[in-house]
Amino acid sequence: MTIDSIINGIVLDHISAGKSMEIYDILELSKLDCSVAIIKNAVSKKGGRKDIIKIDSIIDVNLDVLGYIDPGITVNIVKDGKIVKKSHLELPDRVAGVIKCNNPRCITSTEQELPHVFQLADREKGVYRCVYCEAKAGHGAS
Amino acid sequence: MKDLISITDLTVEELQELIDKALDIIECPDKYAEKCKRKKLATLFFEPSTRTRLSFEAAMLELGGSVLGFSEANSSSAAKGESVADTARTVACYADIIAMRHPKEGAPLVAASAADIPVINAGDGGHNHPTQTLTDLLTIYREKGGFSNLKIGFCGDLKFGRTVHSLINAMCRYEGNEFVLISPEELRVPGYIRKDLLDRGGFKYVETDNWDLLPELDILYMTRVQRERFFNEADYLRLKDVFILTAEKLRSAKEDLCIMHPLPRVNEIERAVDDDPRACYFKQVLNGKYIRMALILKLLGIE
Ligand SMILES: [Zn+2]
Repeated sequence: MTIDSIINGIVLDHISAGKSMEIYDILELSKLDCSVAIIKNAVSKKGGRKDIIKIDSIIDVNLDVLGYIDPGITVNIVKDGKIVKKSHLELPDRVAGVIKCNNPRCITSTEQELPHVFQLADREKGVYRCVYCEAKAGHGAS
Repeated sequence: MKDLISITDLTVEELQELIDKALDIIECPDKYAEKCKRKKLATLFFEPSTRTRLSFEAAMLELGGSVLGFSEANSSSAAKGESVADTARTVACYADIIAMRHPKEGAPLVAASAADIPVINAGDGGHNHPTQTLTDLLTIYREKGGFSNLKIGFCGDLKFGRTVHSLINAMCRYEGNEFVLISPEELRVPGYIRKDLLDRGGFKYVETDNWDLLPELDILYMTRVQRERFFNEADYLRLKDVFILTAEKLRSAKEDLCIMHPLPRVNEIERAVDDDPRACYFKQVLNGKYIRMALILKLLGIE
């Protein structure tokens, strides 16, 4: 497979080295029919190592989830062989269905159908708290 | 503001509006006697708390409204496995406003998102209890005329006492307050209170296990030290009497000290203190009704 020649698709660049498989799983890329390339430990121009994921189709990517897991990623949308959109991620204000609240006193522990929603409480430190009980989440990017 | 889930939902200005409204209610109760005519308050208490429920019900009745609800989960739909959201949505068809108490943290927030009528958190586990804090604040305002430049002592279980955490949080929004935190070593305030509120806000505070600073206090907020908080009986027995307020100790206190307690009390304030004019804990109960009246009016959008 030629991984450089995406015509229409998405390139997730600057993934922290070693995080690509986690992202592959969370974005459920295994369910796609198109080609998906994972490049691990590529040399970054900025120095150091990075992972890259190339998806040979323009799919809907949940940028909030991605930003929560690895805020350093750049998302490039490629159309007709050219990058038409480049987005830098940041920590999302709110994530639903990514972090699970483990507080046994939280309402989410007894009501299974409630979505687990976390809100960014401290951007500098990347602290997220459960909207229901305010329990702190361990941050995935650390 | 549709609901009151946490005390921090209120801005300093909104809080002042509530205080002013409560003061007006105290001044001219007749003016408010029919303000909530034909309005219904639903008290949904998934765990019993007679004290809080009665305060809400008395508040609504005094505004000329009526009340319905349940006082424990056994007699409610929750016993049949209905979700909090469904219960709230159902009740919203009958009532105009909900006061909910629930053992699980965050349950009132779930109710508030499901129901299109106002929801007041009447206590969710050990998490929030904003109307208790409003009660404490109205008491401080009435006794001290404001919220700034006060030296406030907290005594007892400062680790698990949510009323303490919430009141410290509220008082850290005003200038010039100082805190004296009197407790056994094992029951000091949690780290986040120290770091996020006191240190970050630049407030002066002292953590101590004795009463040496009692003579300097403007307010003394007492809480109960519970036996089950101690790892061993010996520690409990050694400490249980240290954190009891007695008439004897009060001799050294200021003449205008305001002694508060969220009640119920067990033995942490000696009965002899009750007759002291500085004892404000029963006035606090009455203030609880007035501030809930003000809150109900505000959430229902009634002037
Ligand atoms: Zn939670």
